[in-house]
Amino acid sequence: MIFAALLQLLLLIALMVSAYLAIKFKDLLNCVIALGIFSFLLSLEFYILQAPDVAIAEAGIGAGLTTAIFILAIRSTSRWEVEE
Amino acid sequence: MMSKIVRTQASFLYTLILIFGFYIVAHGHLTPGGGFQGGAVIATGIALIVVAYKFENIKGWVKKSMLTTAESIGLLAFIITGISGIGVSFFYNWLANSGLLFGRVVHYGINPGYINTAGTLPIMNLAVGIEVLGGLGVIIMYFLHYAKEVK
Repeated sequence: MIFAALLQLLLLIALMVSAYLAIKFKDLLNCVIALGIFSFLLSLEFYILQAPDVAIAEAGIGAGLTTAIFILAIRSTSRWEVEE
Repeated sequence: MMSKIVRTQASFLYTLILIFGFYIVAHGHLTPGGGFQGGAVIATGIALIVVAYKFENIKGWVKKSMLTTAESIGLLAFIITGISGIGVSFFYNWLANSGLLFGRVVHYGINPGYINTAGTLPIMNLAVGIEVLGGLGVIIMYFLHYAKEVK
């Protein structure tokens, strides 16, 4: 019981850290990878909360498809964030 | 086009992702997941190949017309399966417990989960899987097409 609560606390902290990194990075490819890690941790959280159906959808679409679409967008624009 | 490491890993993982996606679709009536989730996982495999290789190679491997055809076939199969039970009601499950395809008779109580059961549900899962695979694949292919045009 204490193990599950500790794991959930760790997961939530890691979610916050990865979301903060996704905003903070200047290299946009690193931002996309951080967002993919965020989606993966979120799907783990769904699995712990006993919703495996939602977890599979989150892992397939959040961590797979949106990452691919962001990488395609970066490939056809610039890789570095520009200060206005 | 990515580096050689990414390309080798993509062509190795592609088959595994496809097998896992079809597993989720085929066991949709027994385990978590189903047509939508399995189709999304298969489309992830296509996205991996699209990200890793050059546009000229992908144009020959993944055809947009094939993906739109898959989408139409999936929707048609879903509607035809729904209409096939119109004698009783729309979406009537006339195959379950009939002894025909997907019609193994299941007695009441705990069982390990037989794949040859549930009547029209596996057919509908397969139809939804093909349709979602086509739809998400078409989104990725059009995105790649216009991203190439902008550059």
